[in-house]
Amino acid sequence: MPNEKQSLLSVNGETLTIDDAWLGESLLYTLRERLGLYGSKNACEQGECGSCSIMLDETLVCACLVLTGSAADKDIKTIESLAPEGSLSTIQQAFVDTGAIQCGFCTPGLLITIKDFLDENTNPTDLEIREAISGNLCRCTGYGRIVEAVRIASKTHDETEGGY
Amino acid sequence: MEVLIASSTEEICELLAQDSSRQLLAGGTDFMVEVNYRHRSPSSVITIDQVPELQNWHHDGNSVVVGSCVTYREIERGPLATLVPALAQAARTVGSPQIRNAGTIGGNIGTASPAGDMIPVLSALGAVISLRSSEGRREISLEDLIIGVKETSLRHGEFIESVRVPVLDSPQEFLKVGSRSAMVISVTSLAFITYPKTRSVGIGLGAVNPTPTRAKEAEAFIADYLDWESMQVDPSGLDPFKDLVSAASNPIDDHRSVAAYRRKSIGILAQRALTRVFTEGVL
Repeated sequence: MPNEKQSLLSVNGETLTIDDAWLGESLLYTLRERLGLYGSKNACEQGECGSCSIMLDETLVCACLVLTGSAADKDIKTIESLAPEGSLSTIQQAFVDTGAIQCGFCTPGLLITIKDFLDENTNPTDLEIREAISGNLCRCTGYGRIVEAVRIASKTHDETEGGY
Repeated sequence: MEVLIASSTEEICELLAQDSSRQLLAGGTDFMVEVNYRHRSPSSVITIDQVPELQNWHHDGNSVVVGSCVTYREIERGPLATLVPALAQAARTVGSPQIRNAGTIGGNIGTASPAGDMIPVLSALGAVISLRSSEGRREISLEDLIIGVKETSLRHGEFIESVRVPVLDSPQEFLKVGSRSAMVISVTSLAFITYPKTRSVGIGLGAVNPTPTRAKEAEAFIADYLDWESMQVDPSGLDPFKDLVSAASNPIDDHRSVAAYRRKSIGILAQRALTRVFTEGVL
């Protein structure tokens, strides 16, 4: 039967047993309301705002557009996995330094998106940065400081040769 | 909701043969919105995004066969973008990186929205769609498959397996009008394909008709104004060409735009695409 492994979900390196009733929910709902992972934000529920961006099998997607049942057996990484508790990743630090955070609601989605982007493009142009974050809405900053944070994070990475 | 994860095309055939009301789920970028907004709540869903045959594409002589679960992300870059540039241009205008990572070409066809970005390109390329069911395979043109707004001629138990398009190695363009350059559903869109062997062009119209439409009269008209050696167009043909393309559209007023603007802009897109490929010059 195709369903025998469906009750497992791998989130941030941990394999969790989940209730079959959750399989027909959006992955965003399961992450937030079932598993208590509130870092991925719920806003538009139609893939427009990017605030629920996560990595699914190393691919950037909106968790609201993933059916939990179809995420079984896939590797899910949420914002909670970005840096160890109590520390900041390079991108997070750059956001703090530039003032790229105002209300903070869009920040987790942007951080996941930017990490995915910088992992592939280590020396981006401003146009490439803006294209990369085109699916993440921020209503506070006007994006200028976010773009600046990405620039700084890419340079910091060059100097330290560490991860983002 | 019962969620069945298919791992092969045979399994999809079998699951649909048991119950053809089961909903297929590929990238989820349209379907999940309806689930989230409680517009739909199917009792059984078959996920098909992990079926290797559907995730692959291959270059087969003079054409490319693209599996229905190939994502926009894969179409917009790499070898596929070189083989079918207009399809790549269209894929690049879809949504955001998040959406392009998930959304699939088969989903775009199956959803059958008049604003689907793959539709005008596939139409202008004369794409052939391969359908599969427990009864076997059949091939169908895009025009015969999409028969109304969000309506297809798929039979019970049948699903979209792949799409075949020609590899032409000649200029192609895709243009789209929207309020932003990202995250936008087409107000109008247009594909322009050149066929040097037959010295003809293919023009597919997007978001201006309920079903896939070619501007056939405009295609036939402009042929007399093109020089394929110098790749020039006689400028006296441009205005009538633009008007013929507009006349091939039958757009509506909706929350995204109005019919008059769509009719006008589709002609302008056609002229713009034409003059990107053929420079203006007296023949």
